[in-house]
Amino acid sequence: MIKRLLSSVGEYKKPTILTFFFMVGEAVIECLIPFITAELVNRIKAGAEIRFILFTGLCLALMAITSLCFGGLAGYTSAKASAGFAKNLRREVFSRIQTYTFENIDKFSSSSLVTRLTTDITNIQMSYMMVIRTAVRSPLMLVFSVIMAYLMGGKLAGAFVFTIPFLTFGLLMVSRKAMPAFRRVFRKYDRLNESIEENVRGMRVVKGFAREDYEKEKFERAAGDICTDFTKAERIVAFNTPLMQICLYFTMIFVLTVGSQTVISSMGLDLDVGQISAMLTYGMQILMSLMMLSMIYVMLTMSAESMKRIHEVLVEEPALRNPEEPVMEVADGSIDFEGVNFKYAQTAEQYALSNVELHIDSGMTVGIIGGTGSSKTTLVQLIPRLYDATTGCVKVGGVDVRNYDIKSLRNSVAMVLQKNQLFSGTIKDNLRWGNEQATDAQLEEACRLAQAHEFVSTFPEGYDTYIEQGGSNVSGGQKQRLCIARALLKKPRILILDDSTSAVDTKTDALIRKGFREFIPETTKIIIAQRIASVEEADLIVVMEGGAISDAGTHDQLMERCEIYQDIYRQQTKGGKDQ
Amino acid sequence: MKQRKGPTGQGKILLRLLKMLFAAYPVLLPVTVCCIVFSAVTATMPAIFQQQVIAQIEIWYQSGDWTAASQVILPKIAVLAGLYVISLLTITAETQLMATITQGFLNKMRCAMFKKMQDLPISYFDTHKHGDIMSHYTNDIDTLRQLISQAFPTLIRASIIVVSVTCIMLYYSIWMTLVVLLGVCFMIFVTRKIGGGSAKYFMRQQAAIGKTEGFIQEMMNGQKVIKVFCHEEECQKDFDQINEELFQDSFRANAFANCLGPLIQNIGNILYVIIATVGGILLIAQVPNLSLGALAAGSLTVLTIDIVIPFLNMTKQFTGNVNQLSQQMNSIVMGLAGAGRIFRLMDEQPETDEGYVTLVNCKAGENDEIVECEEFTGWWAWRHPHHDGTLTYTLLEGDIRLHEVDFGYVPGKNVLHDVSVYAEPGDKVAFVGATGAGKTTITNLINRFYDIEDGKIRFDGININKIKKSDLRRSLGLVLQETNLFTGTVMDNIRYGKLEATDEACIKAARLAGAHDFITRLPKGYDTMLTNNGANLSQGQRQLIAIARAAVADPPVMIMDEATSSIDTRTEAIVQKGMDKLMEGRSTFVIAHRLSTVMNSDVIMVLDHGRIIERGSHDQLIAAGGVYCQLYTGAFELE
Repeated sequence: MIKRLLSSVGEYKKPTILTFFFMVGEAVIECLIPFITAELVNRIKAGAEIRFILFTGLCLALMAITSLCFGGLAGYTSAKASAGFAKNLRREVFSRIQTYTFENIDKFSSSSLVTRLTTDITNIQMSYMMVIRTAVRSPLMLVFSVIMAYLMGGKLAGAFVFTIPFLTFGLLMVSRKAMPAFRRVFRKYDRLNESIEENVRGMRVVKGFAREDYEKEKFERAAGDICTDFTKAERIVAFNTPLMQICLYFTMIFVLTVGSQTVISSMGLDLDVGQISAMLTYGMQILMSLMMLSMIYVMLTMSAESMKRIHEVLVEEPALRNPEEPVMEVADGSIDFEGVNFKYAQTAEQYALSNVELHIDSGMTVGIIGGTGSSKTTLVQLIPRLYDATTGCVKVGGVDVRNYDIKSLRNSVAMVLQKNQLFSGTIKDNLRWGNEQATDAQLEEACRLAQAHEFVSTFPEGYDTYIEQGGSNVSGGQKQRLCIARALLKKPRILILDDSTSAVDTKTDALIRKGFREFIPETTKIIIAQRIASVEEADLIVVMEGGAISDAGTHDQLMERCEIYQDIYRQQTKGGKDQ
Repeated sequence: MKQRKGPTGQGKILLRLLKMLFAAYPVLLPVTVCCIVFSAVTATMPAIFQQQVIAQIEIWYQSGDWTAASQVILPKIAVLAGLYVISLLTITAETQLMATITQGFLNKMRCAMFKKMQDLPISYFDTHKHGDIMSHYTNDIDTLRQLISQAFPTLIRASIIVVSVTCIMLYYSIWMTLVVLLGVCFMIFVTRKIGGGSAKYFMRQQAAIGKTEGFIQEMMNGQKVIKVFCHEEECQKDFDQINEELFQDSFRANAFANCLGPLIQNIGNILYVIIATVGGILLIAQVPNLSLGALAAGSLTVLTIDIVIPFLNMTKQFTGNVNQLSQQMNSIVMGLAGAGRIFRLMDEQPETDEGYVTLVNCKAGENDEIVECEEFTGWWAWRHPHHDGTLTYTLLEGDIRLHEVDFGYVPGKNVLHDVSVYAEPGDKVAFVGATGAGKTTITNLINRFYDIEDGKIRFDGININKIKKSDLRRSLGLVLQETNLFTGTVMDNIRYGKLEATDEACIKAARLAGAHDFITRLPKGYDTMLTNNGANLSQGQRQLIAIARAAVADPPVMIMDEATSSIDTRTEAIVQKGMDKLMEGRSTFVIAHRLSTVMNSDVIMVLDHGRIIERGSHDQLIAAGGVYCQLYTGAFELE
């Protein structure tokens, strides 16, 4: 998993390696500085000449400046490497999502994808930066300091025989105990935040039912629970500091006691005072590097969850693949469903569509009508191969949809989704989704056909009007008509409208259909609607019920023999009062 | 001027935060602060003892007599060990207490914010983005955590160490102290420069993240549209651009922050060298030492090696702590900004409620008068205390009258003009009109999500301003176009309408709402878990559950705002039949786009630009041949 993620470092390998390099430089100098410092102190003590003192001082200052340069450069390159890594990773995840099919999208909720692309990647960026800055430095400092300590202190370094294993063990214990606690509480914390979001979104319901006190109580309980868990986890981690201090103090006492004895007994031959001071410095450095290493460990385990979630997205295989030798051209707009059964998940018990047999001629207008949950949308989604049929096959232009190049197929089959969306940008930008190269005249033509031109031209800025995110500044009906125009610009062989005129008034709805008949007669039009009026004049009306085709025929035929159809008709034309 | 304004604002925030902390932990907080102070003081002491031990070694090492030396040295080490033990104890206590206080306080803040939020008027939620409100709970709380758990203790400890070390240094030598302080001034200057730069870029990074998040959100929500249009590559291009911007800002912010550490540390190193060199020169030059100690003793001595060496160690300690302080700069700035935003939420004006008329259960007394009772009877009455001390009861019937109501969301921009509506018990009143004509606004006024500007609204003859808001709303069943379900089972969601409802009552309500059938077909029936606003259900199914939720509350007045817009007409007919039965003898307000939904209403109001332009039954309006008739025949568009 880590290997897969690291492959995204890409062109930022160079700053990464440079960071290692600079960090080594900084570490080496940092280890040398106490050494020279001891020398300086000794010279001052010995009452050396001013120029010697100045010289050593200058050396030290130069070293400090070099260390500063290395440190600064490492800071720069590590920031670049980690931000770059995050950029690449974000890009890769985003483009992976672009290859997803509807089935994959259904699997991850859109809010979870947003979190993965933002919070999770930021987490990874931070730990990556931390790791490349300390992964080389800390072990190096550790080894270097231990060696120096042995060289300078000899016997005194014995203290580290106790402290290093003790501290390592202690830190590991703390993190191992704290990690699961943190993971648990983070999950709970996410859920708490979700429920807050739910509350904010549903505030009208909360207030409408006067449930403020109930919500407060519920929240207090959940938050209190989390607080207890958080405190527990934090208190375990809080043992890190005293643990570190114990080791530090132990080293101090050991060095001072044994050191003073050795120095005095040997009359300064085995060990001198300067060495004792240096030992104390190195002791500090050793323990600090251990602390840093344990922090890396904590950081990595913390971000492991994020890495897992990113990895999940990256290894998710698109459910549909382009065939080996794809058919690039869609011959005509005829559609055949042959023995089609479909379910959304392999494990689902019930089929969402069963035994669908349907033939639609090229250029036909087909209406689909049926109750909520009768799988109308499911049926049409199989045509542009948004999903694959579980068994049986769907043919467009006489060729199984699975044999087409997906892009060619979808360019020929335009679908206006039920839950449609405009994107932030001008109306023109949005329309050009249908055809990148469309001229202004073509845009206008499509809009006329979709009955959108009239209202667009009343906007002060016309086609350059900026659409806010989610299309919040146009009404529902206007949005639907723009979506239809957008689909028309594709000049498709098959046009599917999934309940796309529900917010458009009946008259405009009729005008749109009239336009279709007159201007794009050769295009196959499939219209899912709730209103009988929208499908009445269709060449074929398909009545769906419970995932199957209940009946199909013209309006007159269905009025004669289809009970469901008659029901709907009665409902809509007479109104409830006469029942 | 500009600089002056910042600190005072932040000072106020800091003060308030500290006050709240103290109020939350009046005992623990001082104890913790004491621990921090104590551990800080004990942290400076060992350095002195350590130095003394080393000084002793210097004195004794030529003698080679350890037994004699140990008499002097070992007691000193024992004192040192004692100090260490105390320091360990205080540090352990401090860190443990800090963990408790931080989490406890954050919890208190979270709860306080949530409670406050529940009391805010709907207008707050209408005028603030949900993402922004949410970020109080995530980002702002997070910065607060940093501030309390790390920045505050470091601030206290480091300042104490800095002050005490300064004192000790002054005691030893004033001249050298001045050199150290000069260096520190330089450090502070650098911190402000670099730290300021880093803070600037961190803010920018924050903004870039926000922008990226917005873009990603839009794209993820529209992913299916992107697929249908094969628009993947174009999106990728847009994304790459935004991604690049984020990279630049994030890179800069982190680069600045990363450089600060080595910079301060090495300035410290250089300062050390300067002190050493100056000390060395002073030593050799035999300059008389000016120190507080010497001043107190009344005699000037020559600077000696015994002063220079400990001084060097103190310089190290001093700069080390300044370094730690500088590392906390970002946390402090961001933490105070976060606290400021949280306080702004806390200071929002809550929804006021001067209502004193309450809703009570009642039954008929001996003489058919209304008698208040505790138990559920299926009858309610308004309990109306009057100024003269008398108490009257009015039976809750659902008679609602709006009389010449004017209203605007923004003062001076009225969206309703002179609206009068009379709904008698048993009436079904429908509103028809274009988006923005004011249909939903009327319902917002009836349940007092907003208060009217002029005119009167009476509920069973009582001015609704006199009715306690929660009781008013309890008597109004509300079903909105945008359905909001909560995480929990289907049963929990229906029960939301009436918390004490039995399972049977909930199922009955679901049957009435026409939701029973599909619920039983769900994998676990009524126990199916709904998450993410019922994402596993269709829009229509969610609406059915929302209707069931309102139905179980069994309210005398029902408001249905586009409540069946996503339900097919056949199912809608079933729902309507159920609801009509439930609402027999009670009033219903219906807002709908589909005319088939409103056709059988007793009275239909056609709204246009905040005015009622037509009113009457379906037949009357058709006969009148006005706007409604045009709408019905499709000669007119509703948008």
